Amino acid sequence: MVSWDPRIEEMPKEDLQRLQYRLLKTLVYRLYSFSEFYHERMKAQGVHPDDITQLSDVRNLPFMFKSDLREHYPDWLFTAPQEELVRYHVSSGTTGKPTVVGYTQRDIDNWTTSLARGLTSCGLGRGDVIQVSYGYGLFTGGLGLHYGAERIGATVIPASVGNTERQIELMQDLRATAIACTPSYLLHMGEVAEKMGVSIKKDTSLRSAILGAEPWSEEMRTRIQEWLGVRAYDIYGTSELYGPLFCECSEQTGIHMWGDLALAEIIDPSTGEPLEPGERGELTVTMLQKEALPMVRFRIGDITQIDDAVCLCGRTHPRIKRIQGRVDDMLIIRGINVFPSQVEHALMGIQEVGSHFQIVVDRKSELDTMLIRVEVSPEAFSDRINDLMKIRNTVAQRLKGSLNVAVDVELVEPGSLPRFEGKAKRVIDRRKI
Amino acid sequence: METDQYVIKQISIFSENRPGRLAAIAQAMEEEKVNIFAFSIAEADQFGVVRALVNHTEKAHKKLTSMGFIVSFTDVIAVRMRDEPGGLYAIAKVLGEAQINIDYAYAYSGRDAAVLILRVNNVKDAITTLLEHGVTLIENSFFR
Ligand SMILES: [Zn+2]
Repeated sequence: MVSWDPRIEEMPKEDLQRLQYRLLKTLVYRLYSFSEFYHERMKAQGVHPDDITQLSDVRNLPFMFKSDLREHYPDWLFTAPQEELVRYHVSSGTTGKPTVVGYTQRDIDNWTTSLARGLTSCGLGRGDVIQVSYGYGLFTGGLGLHYGAERIGATVIPASVGNTERQIELMQDLRATAIACTPSYLLHMGEVAEKMGVSIKKDTSLRSAILGAEPWSEEMRTRIQEWLGVRAYDIYGTSELYGPLFCECSEQTGIHMWGDLALAEIIDPSTGEPLEPGERGELTVTMLQKEALPMVRFRIGDITQIDDAVCLCGRTHPRIKRIQGRVDDMLIIRGINVFPSQVEHALMGIQEVGSHFQIVVDRKSELDTMLIRVEVSPEAFSDRINDLMKIRNTVAQRLKGSLNVAVDVELVEPGSLPRFEGKAKRVIDRRKI
Repeated sequence: METDQYVIKQISIFSENRPGRLAAIAQAMEEEKVNIFAFSIAEADQFGVVRALVNHTEKAHKKLTSMGFIVSFTDVIAVRMRDEPGGLYAIAKVLGEAQINIDYAYAYSGRDAAVLILRVNNVKDAITTLLEHGVTLIENSFFR
């Protein structure tokens, strides 16, 4: 294994936690002293920097939400003066105001280092040609990966997004060995390439893909790897945390979150209470070294789990699993948190039904009910009612197994469920609370 | 024994149990000038299977598939029933003794006698057995 910075990446866990505690303590003192926003928040929460005496005390600090950034548009939460900033990125908000993120030189360095470690951990380095097909500009993806790839000594093709045929030509002509883009764009490239008579698997040097900026699944990974002949790695980050920041190592068993840069917690999204190690919940991140726009217990809204075991690759930093859903999509059914992505995942393994589905939640005599509507696949159709009931029971049992909550299943005609472009609205919640 | 002429092609349609689906099927058959001889609906709570004997099976299949229905063909047999008590029992008994399972059955009244449509697990054996026991089967040419 080659590490970018073995001293940090393979640091014994106790040492890493001690380092995290020192960084947290410093951060809290700095914010309490210099940030009006954090000062007020911490006072309102009744917590003083002196109260932070161990790493787990992080849970006494107030949360921070996306709405806090919008409400303090553009730069009221910055803790560095403008002359210290070397860059802005701006993310377009889906609702209302955008979010502005500022970077000091040290912020850019930390961001770049984080990616240098990640890219090295999945086997990239000097000699590689990395095509960066994330958007360049206000979006963090393009420039973030660009700097990270240059730092490890790779050759960068700053392709950005679009002009796909040209991108495929460049990929061939410049012998790209890796690509960084969204998983859906890579699939699109694969299709366009085939139309051009080019097989990415056979006719290019591509062997790695760093994919992120949108949710994807293990099934997609398998498909991409088999079809395009690359190893596909998950990368994670949001503009508030610099941008794309953490990446899977060559083991492909989760995304290493560098503990010297970020302190990750998993909390119950409804109560805000920390969950047991390994439990699934909302990812909450405290950025330990961010200068221009600090983030304390920032609730990104993504659902995942943390695996704190030492990785097979030897790195000691905790890994988060692939993002499994958004808090906004979470349904609470009879007290159990359910995500539409779990339903999607469970259905993918059942041949007798299609992949489209609809969830109808209702409340009957004080009890939540959950109905999942799925389309029977024409190949599985039998004109014996018993066979159809069997399919329905199989689906219901599979769903119950993965959701831990009993569901009703309704078989519907193929093509009868709504199709979505982009973000799917698959849930109908009829509960009146 | 030649049995092919007694094998009747039935169309089976998966349908959600909601208003208008049945009417849509009937209307489509009307538009295509497809004649429906026999018709039955098997229901579960939220979905059903419509089974029909029609004169132009291919045309019906094509039309209904184009409308988004799942349609399949099923081989069934049609038995002319004696119009007297115990008619159904006699048929069930004969098949039962020959170890042939009836998946489902439905009846309709034909021009001059009641007709029983049967789906069985072994069509060939069922035809042979019933004919050997003197049961009258209706040939598929009747449904064209
Ligand atoms: Zn690892």
